Amino acid sequence: MDKTTDQLINYTLHLADTTLILAQRNAEWCAHGPILEQDIAITNISLDLLGQSRNFYQYAAVLINQSASHQNKPATEDSLAYLRNEREFKNLLLTELPNGDWAQTVLKQFFFSVFQSLQYEQLLSGSDEQLAAIAEKSLKEITYHLRWTSEWVIRLGDGTDESHERINKAIEFLWEYTGEFFIPADYEKNIEPGITVIKEKWLQKIKEVFEEATLSLPGDVYMQTGGKQGIHTEHLGYILAEMQSLQRTYPGAEW
Amino acid sequence: MNIQIKKFYYGDIPEENTGGQPAAVNKSNEKAWPLWEVFIRSKQGLDHKHAGSLHAADAAMAIENARDVYTRRQEGVSIWVVESKHVHASDPGDAESLYEPAADKIYRHPSFYDLPDEVKHM
Repeated sequence: MDKTTDQLINYTLHLADTTLILAQRNAEWCAHGPILEQDIAITNISLDLLGQSRNFYQYAAVLINQSASHQNKPATEDSLAYLRNEREFKNLLLTELPNGDWAQTVLKQFFFSVFQSLQYEQLLSGSDEQLAAIAEKSLKEITYHLRWTSEWVIRLGDGTDESHERINKAIEFLWEYTGEFFIPADYEKNIEPGITVIKEKWLQKIKEVFEEATLSLPGDVYMQTGGKQGIHTEHLGYILAEMQSLQRTYPGAEW
Repeated sequence: MNIQIKKFYYGDIPEENTGGQPAAVNKSNEKAWPLWEVFIRSKQGLDHKHAGSLHAADAAMAIENARDVYTRRQEGVSIWVVESKHVHASDPGDAESLYEPAADKIYRHPSFYDLPDEVKHM
């Protein structure tokens, strides 16, 4: 298989895995939300992300099936989601982290939504038409996620002493997983103009919202990496075990 | 999270609710978010219709909650929200004096005209 196709497949899987794992995490709130309306809101976001991941998996499956040889061939969206192992998943580490409390969940989604909006805006003008089309469709949803999460970060940061303390704890926990966004994996290096250039814009947006939320940006810390290459935290294995157990126990099961 | 959810039904909107603050009946209730009435316009040119009610901490959250709860199956193109405490309702006990006098005034209905068959939608 030529290198460019291989890179495109991996990149598409990276986009698919990232949205799938975050969708799965947010879905854990289903029937556990702090209040009915927010339960529906966070699971709506989960379903948006799941829809996005399906688009990417379907495209990845087409690319894999067209290629001369690929370890996942023959592929469908389901086989890519349910039958790949932890080391094959290329999602961002941030997305697999535990939900913790509401502050941690909301902040996790906020960090990702800001990044996702910038990343997908780049995809719009990218060379791959299919990825551009998926990005265009997704951006409408992402715009809403960004608005919803920003307001929650402001509400919690500028809320009570307890909410302020909780969101600060969430910042402390999640911050070291944000550096990975902007370090391109091998399969991202051909993508112009590249994710390194959106780092400043990402920081700018975070800063804006944090200022309104009376929160401050953390200083320099060691940034965790590895998700894009399949090296994950201990949490991903548990997510996959829960998510994949049915397909692996009853192969081909439908409902 | 220690949020007390208090469910109100139509016609049941507490009068003691004032200015966005929930009724302070007991301590746990202080944390309840106020109730909002939601109106959805299903398409351009139609009126906003009452869709239901929900809880939210402020107007922005109420619109977002309404978007998530009431328009997820493409039910609307526009949302209004108003805090339930701002809705003034007629008293069901006054129904007799308010509505029954209209019962024997059939001349208020345009039912005494001969309509040509060609006229539709009357």
